[in-house]
Amino acid sequence: MNTRKERLIQWLLAGISTLSILSMAGIVLFLLLDGLPFFKDYPLFDFLFGLGWYPTDEPMEFGILPLIAGSFTVMALATVIAVPLGVATAIYLAEVAKPGMRRIVKPFVELLAALPSVVIGFFGMVVVAPFLQNFFGASSGLNLLNAGLMLAFMSVPIICSVAEDAIYSVPRELREASLSLGATKWETLTRVVLPAASSGIGTAVMLGMSRSIGETMVVLMVAGGAAVIPTSLFDSVRPIPASIAAEMAEAPFHSEHYFALFATGIVLIIFTLIFNATAFRIAEKRNSGIGC
Amino acid sequence: MNSATRNKYRLRFQHLMFGLLHASAAINVLALSGVCLYLAIHGLSSLSWEFLTAYPKNMMTEGGIMPCIVGTFLLAFGSMILVFPIGVATAVYLHEYSRHSRLTYYIRFGINNLAGVPSIVFGLFGLSFFVTFLGLGVSLLSGILTLSILTLPIIINTAEESLRRVPDSWREASFAMGATKVQTILRVVIPAAFPGMLTGCILGLARAAGETGAIMFTAAVYFTPHMPDSILSPVMSLPYHMYILATSGTDIEKTLPLQYGTALMLIFLVVGMNLLAIILRDRLQNRNKQ
Amino acid sequence: MKIKSIVMSALLALCAASPAAAAESITINGSTTVLPIIQKASEHFMSSYPDISIVLSGGGSGTGIKSLLDGITDVAMSSRDVKSSEVKLAADKKMELIRTVIGVDALVPIVNTKNPVKDLSIEQLRNIFAGKITNWKEVGGNDAVIVVVNRDNSSGTYECWKELVMKDTRVMPKALTQASNGGVAQNVATNPNAIGYIGMGYLNDNVKGLTIGGIVANAETALAKKWPLSRELYLFTNGKPAGNTAKFMDFMLDPKLGQQDVLKAGYIPLGK
Repeated sequence: MNTRKERLIQWLLAGISTLSILSMAGIVLFLLLDGLPFFKDYPLFDFLFGLGWYPTDEPMEFGILPLIAGSFTVMALATVIAVPLGVATAIYLAEVAKPGMRRIVKPFVELLAALPSVVIGFFGMVVVAPFLQNFFGASSGLNLLNAGLMLAFMSVPIICSVAEDAIYSVPRELREASLSLGATKWETLTRVVLPAASSGIGTAVMLGMSRSIGETMVVLMVAGGAAVIPTSLFDSVRPIPASIAAEMAEAPFHSEHYFALFATGIVLIIFTLIFNATAFRIAEKRNSGIGC
Repeated sequence: MNSATRNKYRLRFQHLMFGLLHASAAINVLALSGVCLYLAIHGLSSLSWEFLTAYPKNMMTEGGIMPCIVGTFLLAFGSMILVFPIGVATAVYLHEYSRHSRLTYYIRFGINNLAGVPSIVFGLFGLSFFVTFLGLGVSLLSGILTLSILTLPIIINTAEESLRRVPDSWREASFAMGATKVQTILRVVIPAAFPGMLTGCILGLARAAGETGAIMFTAAVYFTPHMPDSILSPVMSLPYHMYILATSGTDIEKTLPLQYGTALMLIFLVVGMNLLAIILRDRLQNRNKQ
Repeated sequence: MKIKSIVMSALLALCAASPAAAAESITINGSTTVLPIIQKASEHFMSSYPDISIVLSGGGSGTGIKSLLDGITDVAMSSRDVKSSEVKLAADKKMELIRTVIGVDALVPIVNTKNPVKDLSIEQLRNIFAGKITNWKEVGGNDAVIVVVNRDNSSGTYECWKELVMKDTRVMPKALTQASNGGVAQNVATNPNAIGYIGMGYLNDNVKGLTIGGIVANAETALAKKWPLSRELYLFTNGKPAGNTAKFMDFMLDPKLGQQDVLKAGYIPLGK
């Protein structure tokens, strides 16, 4: 038999498969290569906890605390809006909707995920910003609230689809047992189904957070771009991705500013990796739990 | 409180809560249709044959978006041509050869993390590796390579999902007839899973076409008066052009019709491709059920 | 599968290993502030020299100078002078960056058309941008909080503003930032309490340009250096321009040709 050829093909496939590990390693490696030189001249503490982001002034200041604060407030706001909405939609799709409705609503949610971020950013600029300015008296419509709202709509579909899978995979017997004990559908849902699906919903929330902290175009276009720690919903913020996107093109090659932007990229990827790792840790626990 | 009124209260409460669930589903529907309708109303008037086939003119305040459409197509199709075989090969390895090995664990770890990397970080990586280290410059090729890595998880995940849908009995039947593993995979498994893989390919195309952060330092430029004449030329692209028009034009108020037109075109492309993928997938699912 | 064939031919082109810089083309890259001028001028130039094609892209002053140093562009557009780090990089690569001034830009502070304020001094501007003056009534306007719109801190326009207005004072971090002149103009046009600054070429009816100490921003005051906020716009080349690049540079500096495009793009041509 032609086992040699078979073996060769298996090795070939294994080799190709390692490309995804290599890509991930390459991303981390090259961020570090271009980001770490920055810390030769600039203390890590001042970088992470400095309050001033003045990369082109003399003397230069690279304090990214306002940027981190911007990223986290925007993410928190988006999560607060998106989690109830996403989970409720997931419950609707998995438990409430009739098959016909489900076939209509589900594509809408999926297509919502497909909207290019630049279009959502544009919508935030031309529709939401003037609205916030005129009806809420915001000094500028490009602010935390606007960015949070727009990001919420981007993370709802992710939260929804992951949470829906989790709810769907709760065994039917659990529901039937609860209903036969006289619980209403709603009580079954909140006391039996949701607790059973809670780890999956946890994964959904973490993935949604990861998406909203890393999203670039929306925060670049609608967050306002002020490097301050926000004190109100109407303050403008400058999340990390917005800062990188706005400044990279003009930063002189291999200058301190260039390295600093890569260093902020490292911070950003650390945050998203933490969220992802947590999401998959939760998911793994769930899978092993079902095995028991 | 007697049990009858309590039950009535419980049912009423349930009614109320189910109403809220309906409402949240409705919000999703409204959000998508709202955005699309708004852009359609404002953008349809600027969509014309000329808009789609002309170059931007007069410092991008007039003219069309043809180079952006071409650039976006080249970027999206280029990355799919590159990434589709790689993604399918990885999925085949993961699902057909090595479902639970140590290497598989690391590969999955890589894919999962890759899926969570923010697009701007892909942009930074592309700038650092493809543009600078490999010396490819800001070019179509750098953009294609960056987008390939970005879409790799989508392709792998959908391909693996469609492999999973192929019943094991088919593989066993093929083995029983004396086919080797490679023959089984090439003649039985992949043909059966191919439509599903194609769905993933369409999703990847849509993602690559709508992506901005990953190409803004690697491939897309503000303006080039020519079509790319080699794979090392920089290109214009729809999403980046959209961003430029909305934030950096010479006269933003005046170019609003162009912005709406570009946004609408982008939505047509990206949402259209996704819709196609969804329809294709639903058909497949129905066929599998039958 | 037309696209496929295009991609295939592109791949073949790559195999033929002929990078973009063919004999009869000039590659220009850099500042988006200078870009509109070159965009106009290149249309004009290519109609006079149909055999020379101009490949134009804008990625920012930093990108332009970087690609000049990498040898992948012939001319870099910049709205700022080269930085010490770039001069060092050029020296390492044994290159010499030659600077050519092609025009002048005047920065104009702008407010919303509904704002009654017409004139501010440099010092008032500085205090507003530093956050020391926070209400319009302090400078003779309505009782409303001032919304400061700044440019991204890496743009050449911001650097110019910093140098000429802010001096050693910092722009307050609360200021909004916009990516471009057009973005600032649009933001100020839609916000009655906003103040920003833009290049003169971007002034339009939707915003109101302020006078500084009674001086109006226009070509004469800018060229006579009466207008306190003017800056030069540059093209950089590696060594003295030669061949087609030299033709283009001469074209840009010709008062009847390229300088007319400077004017049409809304900037100020060089005086005699």
